[in-house]
Amino acid sequence: METLLDVRKLTKRFGGLTAVNDLSFSLRQGEVAALLGPNGSGKTTALNMISGFQPVSGGTVLLDGKRLTGRPAHWISHAGVARTFQLVRVLPSLNVEDNILAAVMFRKKPPAKETAKEEVQRLLEEVGLAGRSNENAASLTYIDQKRMELARALASQPKLLLLDEWLAGLNPSELSIGIGLISNLNEKGITILLVEHVMDAIRALCPRAVVMNAGRKIADGATAEVLRDPEVVRAYLGGAHAVA
Amino acid sequence: MITAFSFAALAAVFAALAAAPFFLGTYGIGFLLGLVGYVTLASAWALFSGPTRYVSLATVAFFGIGAYTVAVLYETLPSWLVLVVAALIGLFVALLVGLSTLRLAGVYFVIFTFGLAELIRQLVTWYEVNVTGTLGRYLFVDYGPEVVYWKLLALCAVTLAIGYFIKRSRWGLALKMIGDDEVVAEHCGLPTARVKLALFAASSVIITLVGAIQAPRWTYIEPTIVFNPTISFLTLIMALLGGAGRLWGPVVGAVPLFLLFEWLSANFPDHYSIILGLLFIAIVFVLPNGVLGFFEEHWNRLRARGSAGRTELSQDREAG
Repeated sequence: METLLDVRKLTKRFGGLTAVNDLSFSLRQGEVAALLGPNGSGKTTALNMISGFQPVSGGTVLLDGKRLTGRPAHWISHAGVARTFQLVRVLPSLNVEDNILAAVMFRKKPPAKETAKEEVQRLLEEVGLAGRSNENAASLTYIDQKRMELARALASQPKLLLLDEWLAGLNPSELSIGIGLISNLNEKGITILLVEHVMDAIRALCPRAVVMNAGRKIADGATAEVLRDPEVVRAYLGGAHAVA
Repeated sequence: MITAFSFAALAAVFAALAAAPFFLGTYGIGFLLGLVGYVTLASAWALFSGPTRYVSLATVAFFGIGAYTVAVLYETLPSWLVLVVAALIGLFVALLVGLSTLRLAGVYFVIFTFGLAELIRQLVTWYEVNVTGTLGRYLFVDYGPEVVYWKLLALCAVTLAIGYFIKRSRWGLALKMIGDDEVVAEHCGLPTARVKLALFAASSVIITLVGAIQAPRWTYIEPTIVFNPTISFLTLIMALLGGAGRLWGPVVGAVPLFLLFEWLSANFPDHYSIILGLLFIAIVFVLPNGVLGFFEEHWNRLRARGSAGRTELSQDREAG
């Protein structure tokens, strides 16, 4: 398989703090991978640099061989990267339909408005929000806001989808729905990178995991093996608990 | 059907307004001129500030630039060319200001725009005093106030038409996205910086033209008149009263407030600014979404009460 995302020596400094330090990894076309690590290890910052939300301090990100670093977020979106946010971000003055229509109408090749509206209905159906078009986005429940955010990300027809703790805060039945949704998207050929803490979801969805600690990559490989890696266990639980 | 009817009604209103000078005296024309001027200012202001929620107090900066361009050039160039030059200068300043400030958010943008108006006023004053040696300029044109009025009315129609077409196109959605969450807008593929700049420029050019068209009305122009910050505040308060996020909001706000201000300044010239300030506070507290927003909200609530079942459910969801 071809490489879709290539992250090379990605670095982010905030003053004296290095949040992401020389991070390198790549994703193949169609892969689902988890980006793991304890709180504050730099996962979200890495995602933010890939999606263009934050500028990089060093390193490069390539998508399909095209350089994303230094480009504004809308350019990166047009290049094929979509994301959801750790704290759900809806457009509160728009209804559900318009929240998604917004992303359809401003993707790289927007369709005519009528076609776009039909497409929005299909997307709403896909994420389980059929018939909710006219509801106020801000008054949706948490899971429904997450569904809407996912639909909005899909509306830009991404090659690469970045999910920042998209499954966090869901109850067990919602979680299995969420996992189902993500694996469906992957079957359609979308490459997915998840920042996630929910271990059941990681095991179910991601054959591969990249683990960060204090801004550095400390492990990269098959999820089951990576989770047994002594350094990973130490990073998550602290030195005293590492028995291996 | 409904749109065809409203277009016809609108055309009739504009036709009546255009014919008005034939039936009115000098006072009547002057009054309508001021009214149409403020309707245009408020609508142009809301074009950018309404959906994006970038509150600009630079209105009078552009207004004054327009007026001064006319005062300086009206004897050397034909009047249509003076307007073109004024628009170009307004555009240039808007692009310059936009590029350097549209990254500023919230209150910083408000303060900057307020400061900009003061800066330009001081610069013009300095130039006039030190270089030309006079503070004021006389402005005598060979056409009457009705011509000024017709030009202004045409500009008003154009402004409303621009607002209408933006609302109908995907750019209306774009502006709402920017007003809600610029980060999300960017990530949806919207070049937010360019959109904001373009709209700020469009709004500023219209405001510049209002100043340029209205300038001959004063016959004597000096910085304290055409860079008077009250113009910025009145424009803002009119747009907010009607509802800055709606096409007709600024019109709905500008008409009654203009009438009120005329009456106040005639009857309470000494307390005018106090009343203005109190009114400003009252509008922000009582009608944060403007008159149109207020009625829309109550209309929706009434409708919701009318139907049962499903609406109750959605209300529960809103409460939860």
